[in-house]
Amino acid sequence: MIFVTLALKSLWNRKLTAFLTIASVALSLALLLSVERTQRSAQEGFTQSVSQVDLLVGARTGPLNLILYTVFNMGNASNNISWESYHDLKKHPTVAWTIPYSLGDGHRGFRVVATDENFYEHYHFRGDKKIELREGQPALGIWDVVIGSDVEAKLKYKMGDPVVVAHGVTRGEAIQMHDDKPFRVSGILKPTGTAIDQSLYISLYGMEAIHIDWQTGAAPTKDKAIPQSEITKEKLPIHQITAFFLRTQTRIETLQLQRDINNYKDEPLMAIIPGATLSDLWRGLSQIERVLKVISLMVMAVGLASMVSSLLASLNERRREMAILRAVGAPPSKITFLLVFESGLITVLGILLGLAIELSGFFILESWLEEKFGFYSVGAVVTFTDFIYMGATLLVGILVGLIPAIQATRLALKDGLSVRV
Amino acid sequence: MELLSLNQLKFSYPNSERGRLDIERFHVNTGEKIFLFGPSGSGKTTFLEILAGVLSPASGSLIIDGTELTKLSHTQRDAFRADKIGYIFQSFNLIPYLTVIENIALPLNLSHERRKLVPKNQELQKIQAIALRLGIQDLLDHKTSELSVGQQQRVAAARSLIGHPKLILADEPTSALDFDHREKFLSLIFDICKEQAISLIFVSHDRSLQSLFDRVVALADINKAAVKNNGGLA
Repeated sequence: MIFVTLALKSLWNRKLTAFLTIASVALSLALLLSVERTQRSAQEGFTQSVSQVDLLVGARTGPLNLILYTVFNMGNASNNISWESYHDLKKHPTVAWTIPYSLGDGHRGFRVVATDENFYEHYHFRGDKKIELREGQPALGIWDVVIGSDVEAKLKYKMGDPVVVAHGVTRGEAIQMHDDKPFRVSGILKPTGTAIDQSLYISLYGMEAIHIDWQTGAAPTKDKAIPQSEITKEKLPIHQITAFFLRTQTRIETLQLQRDINNYKDEPLMAIIPGATLSDLWRGLSQIERVLKVISLMVMAVGLASMVSSLLASLNERRREMAILRAVGAPPSKITFLLVFESGLITVLGILLGLAIELSGFFILESWLEEKFGFYSVGAVVTFTDFIYMGATLLVGILVGLIPAIQATRLALKDGLSVRV
Repeated sequence: MELLSLNQLKFSYPNSERGRLDIERFHVNTGEKIFLFGPSGSGKTTFLEILAGVLSPASGSLIIDGTELTKLSHTQRDAFRADKIGYIFQSFNLIPYLTVIENIALPLNLSHERRKLVPKNQELQKIQAIALRLGIQDLLDHKTSELSVGQQQRVAAARSLIGHPKLILADEPTSALDFDHREKFLSLIFDICKEQAISLIFVSHDRSLQSLFDRVVALADINKAAVKNNGGLA
């Protein structure tokens, strides 16, 4: 008990140094845990860009291509799906719902997606997160457009503003504009941290409507153009879509349904399981993950090294004190306890402070990080990996205390004398 | 009556000629004050550390207060030192983060024997009494860093004397003091030793104080392994 008191008094006596050591342990651990959380969030954010979807169906192409142009706004579809095939599959008894996607047009660098009400009702990401409108209504009318949060932030559109869709491109200057048929902003989405934020959403009717009077891929001349006011949903037969997401009734049928779609007779189609493909893609990008891992480990190494050096420095100064304690009859085991207790206490306080810094910093900044960087926390607040890092830190802290303790057990009194204080 | 008796003691550090000891016989009577003289590097401190049970000899016998130290384990020797022996260094005797009174009370908290002699409820009174004798009664609540060297040595003396030890080992405790203070310091310790029949082994390379002691022993005379060629030089 006297040694606990001694250790506490000794620490209190060196409170500034002790605090700096605690702070260095805390900061490096906080950094490590933050890197760990960022990595987790990046991976989850990526592989959970779309969730609660069993199959993603498009024209026959590579699975990566299909996921890239539907989920990440990258690349283009090689072909479309006819409305008949889509309807046929939609009515399949094992299908719960579908979200159709019709792609190809853009607006000032952002992609325009034509879809239907199921998108607003069923599209999920990061587990159970749903698409939400910050204001307005889903784009269900022909000339309605709902804009993603990044689109709103960049282009500063307000409700009711006109939006002219560019034909055939999503990047750069378009050659042809659908400027005779502007859309009106009917709703603005909340940020999701996915590619959804960088898209505009119109109805499938809207997509057909802007192309209704086009012939052989070119805009109509003025005299042949059909005025916006004369177009109604009844006059708009939908011919094709680009891809669709699909949810089965019980999920057990997923694989059977995937096989059926891949062998679909009327049209060459392909169905993929988005989660699996996204995981494959992430693994393909594992370079990123590896770099983050290496950074984590380097941060940890540096943090532990600074902890070791500051603990050793403070303990080395105290050989004199050890000699005195030995002289008054303290056995080496008690001196070992004293030193290990001290370094252990410093480490524990450092770990607790580091965890507190990381968690509080994260919770304070959470909404800002979400909004600015699409950075979302996922999973447990403190994960198993975090505990491993904290355990390793504690172990190193205790081992560091053991080094001078072993020295102290061999210490004769005169070794203490040779230290000039 | 013999408090300490040492026979046929041999000691050497691995790979070093310095501090080698080979002593046929050395003894200290109860209450006796011994001046142990030796030049620097003659093994004085090593000898004290053996007597304190910090180092253990290669062979021989060392009996203090009826206990054969060479037969004890490390831990038992540490406990024995805590119970029976007071040790005073040349300087820097005090734990810097404890107050004066906490430094003096340290042996009481480390030894069951001394605690039995000075129970918790008498601790303050006993410490005050010994502090009064050594003229440090007003410093008890001070930090050790506020003390002069002379005051620090008196605190160290008080710590070694609290709880009725049998033997005080003092390793040049006066070398940092000027001459007047040395005599004063010694006479204060002598008084307490005499009252409580405590034996004192005082080690020094400076012979100016030796006349105050009961007996003078030159380490070179009893140590057969002493390096003779520089014997007698400080």
